[in-house]
Amino acid sequence: MTDILTIAGTALGSRIFVGSARYPNQQVMLDAMAAAEPAMVTMSIRRISLEGYAESLVDLLGGRYPILPNTSGCVTARDAILTAELAREALDTNWVKLELIGDRDLLYPDVEQLVHAADELVRKGFVVLPYCNEDPVACQKLADVGCAAVMPLGSLIGSGRGIANPAAIELICSRSPVPVVLDAGIGTASDAAQAMELGCDAVMVDTAIAKSRDPVRMAAAMKTAVAAGRLARLAGRIPRRNFAEPSSPQLGLVGS
Amino acid sequence: MIRLTINGVEEEVAAATIDQLLAARGIDPGARFLAVAVNGAVVRRTDWPAAALNTDDVIEIVRPLQGG
Repeated sequence: MTDILTIAGTALGSRIFVGSARYPNQQVMLDAMAAAEPAMVTMSIRRISLEGYAESLVDLLGGRYPILPNTSGCVTARDAILTAELAREALDTNWVKLELIGDRDLLYPDVEQLVHAADELVRKGFVVLPYCNEDPVACQKLADVGCAAVMPLGSLIGSGRGIANPAAIELICSRSPVPVVLDAGIGTASDAAQAMELGCDAVMVDTAIAKSRDPVRMAAAMKTAVAAGRLARLAGRIPRRNFAEPSSPQLGLVGS
Repeated sequence: MIRLTINGVEEEVAAATIDQLLAARGIDPGARFLAVAVNGAVVRRTDWPAAALNTDDVIEIVRPLQGG
């Protein structure tokens, strides 16, 4: 296999990460993941409850896919760091998707706390993949403190609005010393393809698959879109022109 | 009996160690994908039989759930 994505020295199996939330039921989730062939599957860390569905999810997924725990819901660095440490213990992995939220309606990252938490988690030996805003300065700071990748948002989590600021994503990709995984806001396959064409190394998708009318089909579409976008990126697109450039020869025109 | 805060709820519990606490709540201490923190610090599974709980300790018992 060529064109392999490597994060923190680990070769990943694909360029798509998939979330485990919001599926209609467990079987649909498993079938959708089989169609998407994710490199990693994300899960949250929560206090135990007695709900049947939730109890068995990690047992279903833990043996099938590499699990990337997230610190979703955390609003302070202290909570995010403790959640990451609990995740490491529960899942026996030092990888963590670091989410530190500054606004509960927007779920926008709190960049100041995020950089601080990332710095501390890197020192504690974690492989940190931070969910961050689409800001080249923030992404550089996260890379500088040792994050293994950056995960800028395309648009608000679950909003399905695609990539709101393609120019920013393209800038981040061109400057980032670590892999870029577009995370949040993907709505359909073309958004995933666009992310790859802009230079992203991978995409993270959850709601766009889980809440689509046919999650298994959408998962297959996302896998294909990521592959197509990546191929197009490697192929090198034509530039955008302001004027027409005829494709047929200009000499030997009938009637000339 | 000691008073503990477990997952945000204050309770009186007849348990002296984490192993005993889990068993008292009907959780198999050998179950996979579980993690426990006491007063903000993760306690490793190997220490669950020995780590002593004290009154007013704050306990978090967590596991992975669905998430994006």
